[in-house]
Amino acid sequence: MSQMTGAQLIVRLLERQGVRTIAGVPGGAILPLYDALSGSELIHHVLARHEQGAGFIAQGMSRISGRPEVCFASSGPGATNLVTAIADAKLDSIPMVAITGQVPLSMIGTDAFQEVDIYGMSIPITKHNFLVRHVSELPTVIPEAFRIAMSGRPGPVLVDIPKDVQTAVIDVEDLPEPARPAAAAVIDLGAVEIAAKMINEAEQPVLYLGGGVVHSGAAHQAVTLAEQGGLPTTMTLMALGAMPTDHPLSIGMLGMHGARYTNFVLQEADLLICVGARFDDRAIGKTAEFCPKAKIIHIDIDPSELHKIKTAHVAIAGDVATVLDALLPRVKVMLRKRWLSHVEGLRSRFPLQMPDRENPRSHYGLIHAVAEALDDDAVITTDVGQHQMWVAQAYPFRRSRQWLTSGGLGTMGFGMPVAIGAALADRERTVVCFSGDGSLQMNIQELGTLADENLNVKIVLMNNNSLGLVYQQQKLFYGKRTYASKYARHTDFIRIAEGFGIPAMDLDAHEDPRAALAEALNAPGPCLIHASIDREEFVYPMVAPGAANTEMIGG
Amino acid sequence: MEHVAEPLQQAGFSKVILELEVNNHAGVMSHICGLFARRAFNMEGILCMPIGDSGRSRIWLLVFEDQRLEQMIRQLEKLVDVVAVARHGADHAVFERLEEFFR
Repeated sequence: MSQMTGAQLIVRLLERQGVRTIAGVPGGAILPLYDALSGSELIHHVLARHEQGAGFIAQGMSRISGRPEVCFASSGPGATNLVTAIADAKLDSIPMVAITGQVPLSMIGTDAFQEVDIYGMSIPITKHNFLVRHVSELPTVIPEAFRIAMSGRPGPVLVDIPKDVQTAVIDVEDLPEPARPAAAAVIDLGAVEIAAKMINEAEQPVLYLGGGVVHSGAAHQAVTLAEQGGLPTTMTLMALGAMPTDHPLSIGMLGMHGARYTNFVLQEADLLICVGARFDDRAIGKTAEFCPKAKIIHIDIDPSELHKIKTAHVAIAGDVATVLDALLPRVKVMLRKRWLSHVEGLRSRFPLQMPDRENPRSHYGLIHAVAEALDDDAVITTDVGQHQMWVAQAYPFRRSRQWLTSGGLGTMGFGMPVAIGAALADRERTVVCFSGDGSLQMNIQELGTLADENLNVKIVLMNNNSLGLVYQQQKLFYGKRTYASKYARHTDFIRIAEGFGIPAMDLDAHEDPRAALAEALNAPGPCLIHASIDREEFVYPMVAPGAANTEMIGG
Repeated sequence: MEHVAEPLQQAGFSKVILELEVNNHAGVMSHICGLFARRAFNMEGILCMPIGDSGRSRIWLLVFEDQRLEQMIRQLEKLVDVVAVARHGADHAVFERLEEFFR
């Protein structure tokens, strides 16, 4: 039997859980935990500049490792600053454990200094949350937090720990076993049988892959299913990379900024096989007019997603990889020449237009030039806005977890701290963060963290000195009344980066931007690459919010 | 043009009673109430008491049956502290017997 403080116990439990990197920002109410962490020889702490940055660094690690990763924040403003990163993890089903310090138990509810009810505040944005009321709860709560975060549909868990619980002394006989994911529910084989029959009998089926395929590690099964059944395959924003972009059966990303042919193919489908996706409004447009002729097979690990937006003809609750393993032997090998040649016809008549793609000074050209300088091992993150959609459309993704983006919440400021997390999870890889000038300024302080850690992160800043997607929507849908979407003056990002100790280069000034880009991307360590882009270049095609996917503008 | 959920006309919907078995600790009630509140799904009645050795509680909810009810039940079943959800018709005695306290 050994005696330790609550804080020491937490650190031991985190170590045993396999946590090796924690991002955070200390403050009064979490100092006992930081003091205990200073004694850990296993865990590396990354000092973020803002708690939102710490939350996204943890997310970046999780999005690469697939395991729950950890961030720390203090009480009050520290905890509220984590909220956006937690909500983002909830919407994209990212496993994460956020640990916040809280004022001492006796002071809870008194409006004590730096007290907020983060437990109450985080209920709707977490998968589950805890307020630890006694040190004796820690040996169950900490493993339970990890178990919940990683079981079933992954998600964020918050554990709020009052300062006096951290300092309380506890006798520990045996430490609990590290948490493992709970076993997934048994799948309904009868439903799998019916699904296979529907696939075998369909004339014009389409496979629709979502982020669940990535979380479940089921990309291989999904591609095999497509090849076996002759299924044209579309991916949501979250699933890009699950099937290589250049696979002959890939019809690219669907939805608001999908290619015309992709949305037209879906319009003609007589069977939609939805795997680990959730019929998000940006993906399906007007619900009633999405895949109007199709029967629906929906496979998802979260039973509450089944029939939520679209009623499925066959709904299978279960881990996507397990269900696909059961489905594959029942699906006939089919060539589907007629349907696939029709799909090819649509593709050649309504392809994704990428004007100026050979010019590295254009937005599409820059993305292609970056891709040409990298191999498939590189990780690509983005912020949110026009640049995000252009990268989603144009970058040749070829594997799961190659692409990290804020899908559900659409959080500007996501890209750079997530790139830091991705590089921490795997220091060998090159991580490229495509960003915009609007997004980058939302977590620009993390350049300091990046410099501290000296990671292999390259920021490609596509600068149009505006909130481009807002500007685009105002031009298209608000009578060209552009308001509050252009910045009054230019920010000198090169000097900002250099001020933080990050090497920076201006692509605009180089005679051979392609060569300069390749050199910067392949040099070790961090770098900011600045490129001006044209504000009048918009993301096309575009489905107006609320319209049907077949009513596309441009492209 | 954005799709916004219409607040539901509650007249014309029949009532349903949900019986929940939940873990008994502070916070469970706010998880459950929050689930309904943030979907603008009105709870007409709520009743909660510990059962057995007080490790568990039973919650009775009186709600309107609309097309979102199935989804609400699925969301309830997902809550970590909700052990079981059962559905009863509006003729269940639990709220009827309470009526005398609300006159």
